Amino acid sequence: MNTVSKAVSLNRRNFLKTSSAVTGGLMMGVALGLPLTTRAAGTMYTPNAWVHIADDNTITLLSARSEMGQGVYTSMPMLIAEELHVDLRKIKVAIAPPGKAYTNALLGAQITGGSTSVRDGWEKLRVAGAQVRTMLISAAATRWNVDASTLRAENGMVIGANGKKATYGSLAEAASKLPVPEKVVLKDPKDFTIVGKATKRLDTPSKVNGTAEFGIDVKLPGMVYASLEQCPVIGGKVKSFDASKAKAMPGVIDVVQIPDGVAVVADTYWHAYKARQMLSVQWDEGSVAAISGGSMLEGIRKAADTGKAIPIIPAKGDAAAAMKGAAKMVKAEYVSPLLAHATLEPQNFTADYKNGKCLLIGPTQFQQGAEGGVAAALGIKPEDITLKTTFLGGGFGRRLEVDFIIQAAQISKAVGKPVKLLWSREDDTTHDFYRPMALNQLSAALGADGKPTALSFKLTSQSVTQRAFGLPKDTLDPFMAEAGVMPYDIPNTQYDLVIHDSGLRVGYWRSVSHALNAFANESFVDEMAAAAGKDPYAYRMSLLDKQPRFANVLKLAAEKSGWSTAAPAGRFRGIALMEGYDTFMAQVAEISVKDKQITVHKMTVVADLGQMVNPDTVQAQIQSSIVFGLSAALNNQITLDKGRVQQSNFGDYPVLRMHESPVMDITLVQSTEKPGGIGEPATALVAPAVANALFAATGKRVRSLPLHDNLAKA
Amino acid sequence: MTTTLNVNGRSVSVNAEPDTPLLWVIRDELGMTGTKFGCGAALCGACTVHLNGQPVRSCQTPLSAAAGKKVATVESLSRNNTHPLQVAWIKHDVPQCGYCQSGQLMSAAALLTANKNPTDSDIDAAMSGNICRCGTYPRIKAAIKDAASTMRKA
Repeated sequence: MNTVSKAVSLNRRNFLKTSSAVTGGLMMGVALGLPLTTRAAGTMYTPNAWVHIADDNTITLLSARSEMGQGVYTSMPMLIAEELHVDLRKIKVAIAPPGKAYTNALLGAQITGGSTSVRDGWEKLRVAGAQVRTMLISAAATRWNVDASTLRAENGMVIGANGKKATYGSLAEAASKLPVPEKVVLKDPKDFTIVGKATKRLDTPSKVNGTAEFGIDVKLPGMVYASLEQCPVIGGKVKSFDASKAKAMPGVIDVVQIPDGVAVVADTYWHAYKARQMLSVQWDEGSVAAISGGSMLEGIRKAADTGKAIPIIPAKGDAAAAMKGAAKMVKAEYVSPLLAHATLEPQNFTADYKNGKCLLIGPTQFQQGAEGGVAAALGIKPEDITLKTTFLGGGFGRRLEVDFIIQAAQISKAVGKPVKLLWSREDDTTHDFYRPMALNQLSAALGADGKPTALSFKLTSQSVTQRAFGLPKDTLDPFMAEAGVMPYDIPNTQYDLVIHDSGLRVGYWRSVSHALNAFANESFVDEMAAAAGKDPYAYRMSLLDKQPRFANVLKLAAEKSGWSTAAPAGRFRGIALMEGYDTFMAQVAEISVKDKQITVHKMTVVADLGQMVNPDTVQAQIQSSIVFGLSAALNNQITLDKGRVQQSNFGDYPVLRMHESPVMDITLVQSTEKPGGIGEPATALVAPAVANALFAATGKRVRSLPLHDNLAKA
Repeated sequence: MTTTLNVNGRSVSVNAEPDTPLLWVIRDELGMTGTKFGCGAALCGACTVHLNGQPVRSCQTPLSAAAGKKVATVESLSRNNTHPLQVAWIKHDVPQCGYCQSGQLMSAAALLTANKNPTDSDIDAAMSGNICRCGTYPRIKAAIKDAASTMRKA
């Protein structure tokens, strides 16, 4: 990593720590409770926060990260098991309850996001496994009255001389009373037997026979169902409502008002949903109602001209001066639209409020946020909340938000019963925290050799972090600066961002600002290459002398995609390069275009993410990101009319289907570098790779996403 | 009012309005939660079940349309993951978040009943109604071919 992106990345990591200290309220740890799902027949012991061992030899390893498809239910236990010396096929897995021990050190709270799970857990979880192994060996040494150095751990047992053996279960009670060793010796990575080996996911069996429990599947005794009518304009409040018709519908138990709207509560979801259609609600629509058509982009453009420019990194040289005498200038603007997350499982949560205490069960990426948010909304203490995390039917950043969890708790309190709140698809599409709209403005001066002598970059967009974590105004939001700084060798550079609040709530969306900045930067480098009359791959390579990891993935992607040879007849290629989440990646898209319809035939991906935990999951995450990124690049956008989101379901927010899914050729660079994140980066690089291929195919440079809609206008 | 239907080989009587979508009958009345709700508009396929052997979107199938008929849900494949499709899904580690997979499996099961040796485009055509937001499509396709091969040999 170059020093620049390293600085931005470090900034990103330390950010939430500082921010939560400033805003308070996020870091509420509670006493370590046992996860609700962990039930062993025997008595369970807890040597440390990560390992439960019952005296019947049931071993449960905890994942402090939520399983939303990215594979932590398997990769987190793999890291523990590597040092604990247990067979992964014989352990149980539980998702951790809220607890200080489970704080994500890279984000400062118990959060699943930012492609951080493996990076945060890489050492911590191996240490946790080694600690428990050491404690079990110490317990056996005491029992047998021998020196611990004569013992070893293997496959769930401590083994001594002369065939002496004791199961972990038989040692658990004694081991759990020992102090947790502060220093443990970890294996040399070359001796790993679990980490780095392609491993079958532990959650797959339950996900092919319908037994995996998602939030929507939760059932509590006496539970009722809620469907919530929210203002069609986000942020609007109830003025008045008439529930008489709804209350007369079959199965309806109650109709209650909460701050976000009017909830119909019934004996089944269908009864609640149907009766909800009979509600009559008058709304105070609020300020978002002023947003229509192109007004949001106009506001962003204005802010780009007049708003405070915040440097992402210190300026290098004097870009403005270098541009004055330039032989050739290239200038371009790129626009990224609002996007919805569209998790396939609509937002939902189950809450049971009773006597000042609240049980919460459901899908969340942010355990402490759920606790803190519900506690504040209900006026109770975080320690009076019990939270259990189910499987998540997709996350992508949407489940970092806790709006629907608070709503479920408020409805439960209002009706005095356990409640499952389930949003419809239309609720979900129209009441998201959208990926912010963005305007990237770039200028470059090219020298006589075509190489850039100066570059200026300005992103104008909205800060999610200001809303979500109270980032002070006019300060750098590191989650807007990702992949903003180009890896290319350019002597004079100026990288700025302008933060503009559109008034609409926005959220973190898979790959966050990498997607905005990589689309702009990697499209623009292609434009620079075209202006210089150079091949896009060769042009990039000529600027990467000081960036060996970037150059390596780019070169491999060119080789694997056959860049130097002609594409099959009628097909065209585009290339793009990025570092994100400590992962270096290049992609080549191979497309054809007919009647302004883009077909993406093949994506070649080369990733260098350092050491890996489960290489098969890494492959899966890249496949996933390509499909997710391609949906957005080609087709997806959220638009507003008088503040109302105009899309509602998969008909007008069309996500990629199997027949549109490209062939993928994925190469993972073998590396001993520290691990990088892989849940997101490939998402960000699809749009520029395809946009560059589109230019190769048509000679048209489409600078606004989604590509189909804007190609039609081009 | 009472409607009688056969779910996974078992005759059941349900007290629900005839216009109640079969999806909610299966999930809330019968307590079988393998079948998922994704869109409520027959756009995503998460709720796919078989009605007299044909794949249908249960969110758009009223209970009345299932009266006296045979309904099969993901739970009918096998509880112990021995159905060739489940075996193939595990072999290829298909699911990510897993939410769509019940519907994917039921669409795939219907395909393989009708077509023992589907081509890529047969698979695309049969599966295009099932959305996977995690993008497991390449693995679904590979797993279907694998399962088809197993079933031909059986």
